[in-house]
Amino acid sequence: MAKAKYRPEFIVQRDDEKCIRCQVCVRMCSNDVHAYYPDTVISDSFKCVGCHFCEDLCPTGAIAIRRSEPHIKENYHWSGTDVYNIIKQADTGGVLLTGMGCDRPYKDYFGHIVLNASQVTNPSIDPLREPMELRTFIGGKPEVVIIGKSSEPELRTQIPPQLELETPIMFSAMSYGSISLNACKSLAKAACDFGTCWNTGEGGLHRDLSPYAHRAIVQVASGRFGVNKEYLDAGCAVEIKIGQGAKPGIGGHLPGEKVPEEVSRTRMIPEGTDALSPAPHHDIYSIEDLKQLIFALKEATRYEKPVGVKIAAVHNVAPIASGIVRAGADFVVIDGIRGGTGAAPTLIRNNVGIPIELAIAVVDSRLREEGIRNRASIIAAGGFRSSADVVKAIALGADAVYIGTAALIALGCHLCQRCYTGKCNWGIATQDPYLTKRLNPEIGARRAYNLLRAWSLEIKEMLGGMGINAIESLRGNREQLRGVGLNEVELELLGIKHAGEAW
Amino acid sequence: MKEVVIDARGLHYKVLNDMVHRAIGEGVGRIVLENVAGQRYIGDGLKEEVEIVIRGTPGNDLAAFMDGPRIVVEGNAQDGVGNTMNGGEVIIHGDGGDILGYSMRGGRIFVRGDVGYRVGIHMKAYKDLFPVVVVGGCAKDFLGEYMAGGLLVVLGLDGKDELVGDFVGTGMHGGSIFIRGYLDERTLGKEVGVTEPDEDDLTLLHRYLEDFCRCFDLDLGEVLRKPFLKLYPHTHRPYGRLYAY
Repeated sequence: MAKAKYRPEFIVQRDDEKCIRCQVCVRMCSNDVHAYYPDTVISDSFKCVGCHFCEDLCPTGAIAIRRSEPHIKENYHWSGTDVYNIIKQADTGGVLLTGMGCDRPYKDYFGHIVLNASQVTNPSIDPLREPMELRTFIGGKPEVVIIGKSSEPELRTQIPPQLELETPIMFSAMSYGSISLNACKSLAKAACDFGTCWNTGEGGLHRDLSPYAHRAIVQVASGRFGVNKEYLDAGCAVEIKIGQGAKPGIGGHLPGEKVPEEVSRTRMIPEGTDALSPAPHHDIYSIEDLKQLIFALKEATRYEKPVGVKIAAVHNVAPIASGIVRAGADFVVIDGIRGGTGAAPTLIRNNVGIPIELAIAVVDSRLREEGIRNRASIIAAGGFRSSADVVKAIALGADAVYIGTAALIALGCHLCQRCYTGKCNWGIATQDPYLTKRLNPEIGARRAYNLLRAWSLEIKEMLGGMGINAIESLRGNREQLRGVGLNEVELELLGIKHAGEAW
Repeated sequence: MKEVVIDARGLHYKVLNDMVHRAIGEGVGRIVLENVAGQRYIGDGLKEEVEIVIRGTPGNDLAAFMDGPRIVVEGNAQDGVGNTMNGGEVIIHGDGGDILGYSMRGGRIFVRGDVGYRVGIHMKAYKDLFPVVVVGGCAKDFLGEYMAGGLLVVLGLDGKDELVGDFVGTGMHGGSIFIRGYLDERTLGKEVGVTEPDEDDLTLLHRYLEDFCRCFDLDLGEVLRKPFLKLYPHTHRPYGRLYAY
């Protein structure tokens, strides 16, 4: 039987007149796309994943990577991807894998929401000349605050532990193992320099990252990798990972070949064994059980730091979030369908979960209706592309957001979605020392810091335009939002009016 | 050694655990908790060299995240004993509950009586950290599920026929389980094989059983009279060929 050929997804075009045979591309490509034969360089497009590393490195601009047209006859129902996936599965009998977040054309709600600005009747604020407050506190807030009446101001209410952030943007959970140590270092340092938090993911805390641990949210997942007393003590908050937006209902699985010595030391498992973090925590079958783990962690950390819970945004997200808050979580992380990952079954990533915009709105509404919104902060995650997305998320009801993919793009990621191969040319999603050294953590930290700075400046501009001088006044302030091209159900769920409607 | 007795009657777990922490802070080496009735998280996250004797029934997550102390329960314990425990010792004179030793990475738990479901789930060893759970009685379903390292022993000292429930070692990819006596192979997870223990296994087993017998005043010779079966994982990579790359 004739075997179907895979199509090259990309075409590597080389301008032979510009090529100076320096062989940088040959040496650098981890997918072995380029090869040098005396006086000529040839490229095998079949191997190209479209990460554009060679293109960016080529000193003469001789290389161009172009998306190729599928050489099968596509139709409205059968895309080239569908067909080639079936061929691949017939070849291997395996589950399709992918990396990064869902790329399917589900409605982009952020793209259908517009912001307000002040005109005439209320003044806008110029953030360049007037104070603008982005400081955000993550943690439970008391119902009432009692201030003592003596001459010195005195807070009589005991405030639950809080994370103090200089901007409502944090780096989401990406474990050492899923990304390189240099990538972890870049984000950790940027978070510390800027005054926000990063997240260890479920892979433990590498010893080289301990200088940044005071701004680390340490994750506890079902496999408990790297979790011990020191780990819990080191971080500024603890996050119980129930699920993630890229693969709701699916556990983590770091294959044995990605557990070399350093990863093994950090996760505290032998080299080369599979690191299995199944979707269910087998001590959590109910909200009551979740409460038990939340308080086990609070007891272990002597109630000194916030303990939160991360879930994927699914159909029942609002009642689940309510249960989590009632179980005593200090923050709830909701990860939408666009949330990224180092590896997930393609079909799960593309078909399970709900958009984060809707999830934020329904969770915030539900907690308000029940009168428990103050008990926990909401952190939204899953595909934030710009400061505008962040502003809209906060106006819908989030306290802060987690960015993952955007942060990795700042470090060089070109969204080729092949994180699961461990061959990341940009030195991010790999443990190969030849590749990881391409990412200089000092430069990475500066770039991630720059991203935080740029987005924070933009948020201030947008706030000022609305006549708001503190991010606190934007939180859940849905009057600042209007829908464009959304139907009644969507507007009702988002809790916003359609553009054109006045206050 | 300084010793203190705390009456736990009617105390909320937070109050009780605060008292334990305070006592340890004051350098107490032995704490006796009287009238314990379901208070959770006793010994949770403790690292100090201290002995805690519990009279009564401690609540869930006893010794969770613990890394050092020795806890003696003069009664039964409930669920989640030794959850993510890193070091230390828990001696239970009665029965233990479900998920005992969940993700335990070091130290040991000795139970004189029976234990519940999913005991030893996710147990893992790393370098000199080696978790050990010895059960004097029987265990229920899913013993050693996803087990990645360490040692689980079920002795069945009380003469029951069925020492373990179903699905023993499902997803197991490291460590070993020893069963004293008969085992119906239909109860095993598909990732597990059965063999007779070799010399090294027996030496390891003797070491822990000697301590176990000393704790509960049992005759080692009597315990060793019945032969043991060893359960081992077929592979360290049970889910290695799942994906289409």
